[in-house]
Amino acid sequence: MNLHEYQAKQLFARHGIPVPAGEVATTPAQAVAAAERLGGKVWVVKAQVHAGGRGKVGGVKLAKSHDEVGQHAAAMLGTRLATKQTGPQGLPVNMVYVESGSDIARELYLSLLVDRSSERIAVVASAAGGMDIEEVAEKTPEKILGLSIHPAAGVQGYQARQVGYGLGLEHEQIKAFAGILQRLYALFCETDASLIEINPLIVTGGGEMLALDAKINIEDNALFRQPQLQAMRDPSQEDETERRAAEHDLNYVSLDGNIACMVNGAGLAMATMDLIKLHGGEPANFLDVGGGATPERVAAAFKLILSNRQVKAILVNIFGGIVRCDLIAEGIIQAVREIDVSVPVVARLEGTNVEQGRAMLKESGLDITPADDLTDAARKVVAAAA
Amino acid sequence: MSILIDSNTRVVCQGLTGRQGSFHAKQCIEYGTRIVAGVTPGRGGESHLGVPVFDTMPEAVRETGADVSMIFVPAPAAADAILAAADAGVKLIVCITEGIPVLDMVRVKAVLREHDCRLIGPNCPGVITPGQCKIGIMPGFIHQPGRVGIVSRSGTLTYEAVYQTTQQGLGQTTCVGIGGDPVRGMNFIDCLELFEQDPATEGVIMVGEIGGTDEEAAARYIQEHVSKPVVAYIAGVTAPPGKRMGHAGAIISGGEGTAEAKYAALDSAGVKTVRSPAELGSAMAALLAG
Repeated sequence: MNLHEYQAKQLFARHGIPVPAGEVATTPAQAVAAAERLGGKVWVVKAQVHAGGRGKVGGVKLAKSHDEVGQHAAAMLGTRLATKQTGPQGLPVNMVYVESGSDIARELYLSLLVDRSSERIAVVASAAGGMDIEEVAEKTPEKILGLSIHPAAGVQGYQARQVGYGLGLEHEQIKAFAGILQRLYALFCETDASLIEINPLIVTGGGEMLALDAKINIEDNALFRQPQLQAMRDPSQEDETERRAAEHDLNYVSLDGNIACMVNGAGLAMATMDLIKLHGGEPANFLDVGGGATPERVAAAFKLILSNRQVKAILVNIFGGIVRCDLIAEGIIQAVREIDVSVPVVARLEGTNVEQGRAMLKESGLDITPADDLTDAARKVVAAAA
Repeated sequence: MSILIDSNTRVVCQGLTGRQGSFHAKQCIEYGTRIVAGVTPGRGGESHLGVPVFDTMPEAVRETGADVSMIFVPAPAAADAILAAADAGVKLIVCITEGIPVLDMVRVKAVLREHDCRLIGPNCPGVITPGQCKIGIMPGFIHQPGRVGIVSRSGTLTYEAVYQTTQQGLGQTTCVGIGGDPVRGMNFIDCLELFEQDPATEGVIMVGEIGGTDEEAAARYIQEHVSKPVVAYIAGVTAPPGKRMGHAGAIISGGEGTAEAKYAALDSAGVKTVRSPAELGSAMAALLAG
């Protein structure tokens, strides 16, 4: 789950990680009022969407008067912002964050993430802040500093010093930096984050350090023990179909093609997409109905799939292990009847009672083509969609 | 022969009395697995599925001589269960549980380094030595004792590989589902090492997927240390970057973890890669016939 910048900064502030003063606003008038309360002469108006790359597409604007704050807010609110991370349709801007302008002397990069190879929380830092870190890593890997944290020990002073000096910080700033790093680590653990990123972490003209941007991703598996963070969820930033899928405990990801698939197991679901592509088709989605694949879930899955109007054919690919194929066939038939599936369905069933299952599909009188194996299934569904 | 488990394996099931634990433990017992104990706090002294239940792991291990644990404990308490098993001295822990928070697994892995035990999973189908011992949720009937070792990050794709090798008449020595989580127990390399040492295993099928760089590491390992033929398939060629594809570990981030990069590494290591999961069995049959 992603948080907005303003939510992340609230968490930062609560944990003693320095951020510029700012307020969230949902109307231009609120934005102007926020600027008045914040005081000063320069403000930054920032569109609140769950995506990076906002600055390049007009989602971050500098304002030198209250009027300008209002104008920028009016220009952003109610629109959709498309950055290189969102796809062309973009994300709705329902809120802006109005922040006091900062005097930037240096821009650094700092993030914490779960590193799969060391199996620990790792720190990634760079003196090349304010830039796309993937690009920095690719072009100038020597500018990336990394270290991993032992879960029993936490961030040690020497580790913070090594990174701090590596970033070229002044001696007086090292202590502040160590404090920031240790508090970020504590925040990471407390919130069950999978990523906390500050880009840029700035050094002001006065030598102070401030988190100018803030990104926090919370690990979905841990949400059950993070009720306060769950309340920060913003459904407007999520894919509508993916959200409905999650409500039915289905794993769904939208894609651009026209052949929908419904599969049990995440690996087989990915493999099914690959097979469709391999045989000249384009998958419309990733969908894992899970090990259970009960009639109810199959019906819910069909409904989801069909809410995408581009879908021209559906491939059902179930390896019935513990679940019997005749029961799955029953579920498919029921669902196709109940919700009036209007596109051809190709079903590949394998496992226990497979002969019975295939016979049931054949005798149902519905537009369901049974397939003999994976390859046969892919060929048939690609042909059906053409 | 086989790796990790055989007909002498004595299994304790943590979470035996739960819905999932009961259902799958029953299937394991019917397959012939020797489940000698169950552990559910507060249920000690009872008998469930004909198996004695204990309150704690040390009791269960002491009283029954269990040497492998199978875990069906729900996600919030699963990390605790893994550490309890390690502390009780079992040599292998198979954690089926899905949805364990990754920071729990970070702690678990740090502690496991101090123990002489292996972990399979979490979020996996388990491990099976056909005809001898099944520890997990895989359908037993598709397996057949035989010549091929299988290691996979995905449950249902493991079944595909198993089913195809059975149809080809090759059968399996042992099949290990290592699970789809980013921080997990045994990895491809750990299994490849054991399969290489196992005289009954003539070839290995590995099924990887997008995310992380474990398949690349396995490719390097195969080039240097594995003499037996290896067939590999990687799921997720069509997966878009930045999206999590069901498994917590299946995400392409920052250009790393793509199926293409994994295929390239495996190809250059001399592994027989297949682009269709339907060709796993036939490719292995061809290698073993040649």
